[in-house]
Amino acid sequence: MAVTDAPRIVTSRIGFDDSHTLERFLATGGYEGLRKALTMTPEAVAHEVDAASLLGRGGAGFPAGRKWSMLRKNPVSYLVVNGDESEPATFKDHLLVERDPHQLVEGVLIAAYALQVSQVFVFLRGEFALGLERVQAALNDAYAHGAVGEDIFGSGFSVDVVLHPGAGAYICGEETALLESLEGKRGFPRIKPPFFPAAIGLYGEPTVVNNVETMSNLPWIIRHGGAAFAALGEGRSTGTRLFALAGHVRNPGVFEIEMVKTTFADLIHAPVLGGGIPHGRELKAFIPGGVSAPWFGPDQIDLPLGQDEVAAAGSMLGSGSVVVMDDHTCAVRAAWRITKFFSRESCGQCTPCREGSGWLERIMERIETGSGREEDLDLLLDVCDNIAPGLTWPPQQTTICVLGPSIPSSIGSAIQMFRDEFLVHIKEGGCPYG
Amino acid sequence: MADRDAARPGAGQDAAEATVTFTLDGREVTARKGEMLIAAAERAGTFIPRFCYHPRMSSVGVCRMCLVEVSGPRGATLQPSCFIEATEGAVVDTLSDKVKKAQDGVLEFLLVNHPLDCPVCDKGGECPLQDQTLAYGPGESRFVEEKRHFEKPIPVSELVLLDRERCIQCSRCTRFASEVAGEAQIDFIGRGEEIEVNTFPDLPFSSYFSGNTVQICPVGALTAAPYRFAARPWDLDQVESTCTTCAVGCRVAVQSSANRVTRLLGIDSDPVNHGWLCDKGRFAFEAVNDGDRVTEPMVRIDGELTPVTWHEALERVADGLRSAAADGPEGIGFIGGARLTNEGAYAWTKLAKGVLGTDSVDAQLGDGLPAAAVLGLPRATIDQAATAATVVLLAGDLREELPVLYLRLRSRVVGGDLSLVELSPQATASTPFASVSLRYRPGDAAGLARAMVDDTASLPAGTDPAALAEARRLTGSGPVVVVIGRPSLAEDGRLVAEAARILAEARPDCRFLPALRRGNVLGALDMGMAPGVLPGRVDLDDARAWFAREWDTVPERAGRDTVGMLRSAAGPAAGGSGDPDPTVRVRALVLLGADPTGDLPDARLAGEGLDGAEFVVQVASSTAALSTRADVVLPAAEAHERPGTTTNIEGRVTRLGQKLVPPGQAWPDWMIAAELASHLDADLGLDSLHGVWDEVERLAPAYRGITRSVLEAAGGDGVVAPLATSGVGISRRSVPGPLDPIAFPGVESVERQGAPPRAGFAESPTAVTTAAVATGGEGGAADASGREDGGTEGDGPPARPPLLGVPADLGAPRVPPTDSYTSRLVASRRLYDRGAAVAASPALAALVPEPPVRVNPHDLDDLGVAPGGDVLVRTATASLVAPAVADPSLPRKVVAADFNLPLAGGSIADLIDATAPVTELRLETP
Ligand SMILES: Cc1cc2nc3c(=O)[nH]c(=O)nc-3n(C[C@H](O)[C@H](O)[C@H](O)COP(=O)(O)O)c2cc1C
Ligand code: SF4
Ligand code: SF4
Ligand code: SF4
Ligand code: FES
Repeated sequence: MAVTDAPRIVTSRIGFDDSHTLERFLATGGYEGLRKALTMTPEAVAHEVDAASLLGRGGAGFPAGRKWSMLRKNPVSYLVVNGDESEPATFKDHLLVERDPHQLVEGVLIAAYALQVSQVFVFLRGEFALGLERVQAALNDAYAHGAVGEDIFGSGFSVDVVLHPGAGAYICGEETALLESLEGKRGFPRIKPPFFPAAIGLYGEPTVVNNVETMSNLPWIIRHGGAAFAALGEGRSTGTRLFALAGHVRNPGVFEIEMVKTTFADLIHAPVLGGGIPHGRELKAFIPGGVSAPWFGPDQIDLPLGQDEVAAAGSMLGSGSVVVMDDHTCAVRAAWRITKFFSRESCGQCTPCREGSGWLERIMERIETGSGREEDLDLLLDVCDNIAPGLTWPPQQTTICVLGPSIPSSIGSAIQMFRDEFLVHIKEGGCPYG
Repeated sequence: MADRDAARPGAGQDAAEATVTFTLDGREVTARKGEMLIAAAERAGTFIPRFCYHPRMSSVGVCRMCLVEVSGPRGATLQPSCFIEATEGAVVDTLSDKVKKAQDGVLEFLLVNHPLDCPVCDKGGECPLQDQTLAYGPGESRFVEEKRHFEKPIPVSELVLLDRERCIQCSRCTRFASEVAGEAQIDFIGRGEEIEVNTFPDLPFSSYFSGNTVQICPVGALTAAPYRFAARPWDLDQVESTCTTCAVGCRVAVQSSANRVTRLLGIDSDPVNHGWLCDKGRFAFEAVNDGDRVTEPMVRIDGELTPVTWHEALERVADGLRSAAADGPEGIGFIGGARLTNEGAYAWTKLAKGVLGTDSVDAQLGDGLPAAAVLGLPRATIDQAATAATVVLLAGDLREELPVLYLRLRSRVVGGDLSLVELSPQATASTPFASVSLRYRPGDAAGLARAMVDDTASLPAGTDPAALAEARRLTGSGPVVVVIGRPSLAEDGRLVAEAARILAEARPDCRFLPALRRGNVLGALDMGMAPGVLPGRVDLDDARAWFAREWDTVPERAGRDTVGMLRSAAGPAAGGSGDPDPTVRVRALVLLGADPTGDLPDARLAGEGLDGAEFVVQVASSTAALSTRADVVLPAAEAHERPGTTTNIEGRVTRLGQKLVPPGQAWPDWMIAAELASHLDADLGLDSLHGVWDEVERLAPAYRGITRSVLEAAGGDGVVAPLATSGVGISRRSVPGPLDPIAFPGVESVERQGAPPRAGFAESPTAVTTAAVATGGEGGAADASGREDGGTEGDGPPARPPLLGVPADLGAPRVPPTDSYTSRLVASRRLYDRGAAVAASPALAALVPEPPVRVNPHDLDDLGVAPGGDVLVRTATASLVAPAVADPSLPRKVVAADFNLPLAGGSIADLIDATAPVTELRLETP
């Protein structure tokens, strides 16, 4: 599928109907990575991950190896796997938990071994009914198989893994809110500093939080070595990455793509990937990394799918979701919808996000439905500025977590790229797209 | 983290305290290590606006009002100053354009959904949102959309209402409930804009501390039913005073308009209440305003109390007392005194003991502890208890009896490193966080105490050896403070005091905090209102010569306590209740703001005693508390109507504020005594309140050195008697307290004598001028105030008498063994009872519960009664039928009920025998 000939790292079993079963897993190299890891020292395992330059796949893109090595200074108590994946148009972890749950479990065990933790929590979005069922089944199989629990594969290493369903709040994907939720509290993000999970995490103990996809890369990395992973991609963006392609393309879906070597143009247009924009329409804009990210226009379509490359251009790869908007899309309505999402999903804890999100939503609604005023554009930007001072990228924030400063991304992009469209809404008293 | 003990005693004085230096708006500032930027800046004179931050609760950093720029590795970023500590070398900017824009933005956001109904909002005029909008906010609103709406208001409890539209989600109320009160009955529900504070379905916020949430809410979202729409803050006048609803002595701002108290607000007194009040203390003022007040002297004529002049009334009293003293002064007894000021208590003691010559004076009503124990055991302060290694609770349920003491201790157990060892016949509110709860049967307190300190002593039946071992371990080392009160009113107080005495003997470094609950009972005892003692914590015999210098007379022998007086008055008619000392019968009783009928645990004795007395005088303020047996009633001023001083459980002396003019012809208590003396052809020598205090300071040894100027200099925190050379008695708040209008909105222009203005807050708490307070402690060495003792000391004897020490013998009665059919009664107290303060406060009166009798589940089973069913409780002389529930915390053969509460089937006071060591009873099916 990939346009380069890079191997499939996390989706190698997806083609099989029974990709989620232990039999298929074992028949296709399952647990080889774990068995190998158990013969290595934990340090050596962590070293391979460091050498792989595996960037976190949950959104922030922090190198997993570095996160772990910071923690090695004080012993880690818990590993927490983030599978909350609730952002609109983001659905790549969804695929992994449903189609290759054993791979996730194996990755989790490798990480647990490297970090020498004895307790892991896997937090999955509550709506992932099938995913929850399959990960639970995979865990049960793994216990029966001797891969989890006491004395894994006779190595003397023991670890327990608990699967925890989320209760339907997007904010619980934010790692500190997730920890609160795991502790049985309201999903309110914690303030960093000082509540970096690495320092004061679950139950106040040092904790590693990693994304489902991050974990799913580990079996391959251990089997083939960090260097083989680092040989793929370019610069800091190594290996392959899953992209959830959504919006106005012929083939929406999840694609595993070698990083940097592929461009957004490839992803959107290549016949084996997005297959282009249907109905003979033109590209109007695309969101490169989930609805928290600033938008790109057609002029940026040749940017490579690399973390630093996209960052340098003023946005992010974020959650690995690429949303394509064709030229029949109303930019105001698109930004309004995204704002509405954030306003509903704000945890309500801190003032700028709680009140700002609702206010921005109301202003956007007014403009879209024909009651806009010209001064609303400056007002929108200034309200955004009070959430994310300076409207820089990456954003500064007056809020506790980065959900707040994610709100200005789409509003700011829409105004900056499509100011005229706003003015038409205002002058004509409604949406020109009907 | 719970309620913060911002300053552990001594912490501030510690010169070696770790500090950090950082740059604040361009100048170097020193902060304590671990101190939050917002607090460090405030001490340095820079006020950073805030909403959610509260100096007495953990920081949450949610409102974002306190953002400041802090330079770090990635340049300056906006950080919540309430949530990050001052660190060495940090560069902090509180005035930058970025900070100003953020403040402006946060305020605009807060106002987006805030209804602008300030004209009808209780908080209007003292609202941190209004005030900070004026100071830091945008000039105009850019919000043109529809605001969020909620149904308003909703009651979250009987006392507190919530307007969710006004809420700014600061979480002060929810944090107070969960952290400080430990009653997480209100919390947020929903998210985003729809987030709201609410109770759990059908579970009201039924906390004794709910009023605090109203006080600390930075907007008008939470309002108190008794105050809602009652006044505009700018119409209120305020004085600072001390709550005398119980003996904790919380500092309060009493606010009034048009000679009516409108509300009470807590003041942050660092050694005492940290700004918190209980709802009883906060709302009982209604009794002063609206309770039916006694406004004129009255004399009973033809069975009816009839108004007369003061002169007539006092003549009548003088005649009555004279004839009662015909056989000797002990024919007169004085009961009560806890409602008096210290000055009033001293004046009445002087009248009784120094003019009439009777020692039968007792401020306690059979519900307290022997004065020799209370006054003689080494006293602890609340801070000492809070910072001890272990507190032993040998008292009633503190949440019911001394609510804010409960908060102070709880916060140190839950959020600190204090261990609690509870000795109690039944579970209390403290049981869930106690390290050990040792259950005992009434009568076994002393035996249990003995077993704690002596591993060869025999264990009282039913004692859990493992729990005892743990209790021994926890009390074996480190500072130990024993809170000593009355776990049961149906167990002789001497038995509990004996337990304390045993602990004091075995652990001489142990300190004691008396859990006596009546308002100024400790002050009254200090002023000599108990048999066998004289003012200033001295023994009658030791101090006779000292007082004889100045008083007309001094009693020749120790008098009777309240139970003794009533037994004597009841006379031979009181079958069985004979007087242990029948030489002079009590014929006249003077009731000082007390009525044994409601207050004495033994209702029968109270009735017989009053009936048997030939002459009863009652000094009263509320008609609700009038005795039907009073022959003369003298109207007295109430709390908030009289200045003076009061003394709390620690011995802390603070000044009361007068806010109201007493109604009608009511007089201050000390003045009634002085006038009465003149009608007895004596001169009490007390002609002004100040004069009374000067005499107290001069004569009462424990109060030596506590001059008016020392009290004034000490401000709201007062001083602890006796003054000690170490200055322990004086602690100075080291956190921004009452002056912080955001922490305690509405408390204004608080009396802070001697405290430096905020801008100049000293780095470490300075003691009040050492010279003013550092007098010799016990026994008194040099009088550093420089005042000579009128030369008397130099003239030789009589010498200043020594303060009472640990009593050698309390005369604790022997507890007879029981047979297997007999149970023992536990009578406990509830905060809201049928007492006058609650009865006359409509808001509280509605909250008086009607709890059933509680029985060990096995005992109930044996009886064949289902929980909730009726049982027959029978003592030797009385019986009642009442519903019973199973209480697994009770030992076998222990039956518990609440005193002075409605009980279907009668009153538990009908069963209690105050003359027996324990009240024994049988449990039967009705
Ligand atoms: C509002 C918000 C939502 C997030 N949701 C997710 C999520 O659903 N899944 C996820 O892995 N990370 C999510 N993150 C990122 C996590 O906080 C965290 O960075 C990540 O789980 C770390 O894993 P990684 O290092 O493997 O990427 C979210 C962050 C924010 C601010
Ligand atoms: S930024 Fe939004 S989601 Fe994050 S803590 Fe604040 S209110 Fe909650
Ligand atoms: S009700 Fe008041 S104290 Fe409670 S969260 Fe709202 S504003 Fe804060
Ligand atoms: S605890 Fe006691 S002193 Fe404090 S407010 Fe309550 S009644 Fe008053
Ligand atoms: S965030 Fe600091 S005061 Fe609210």
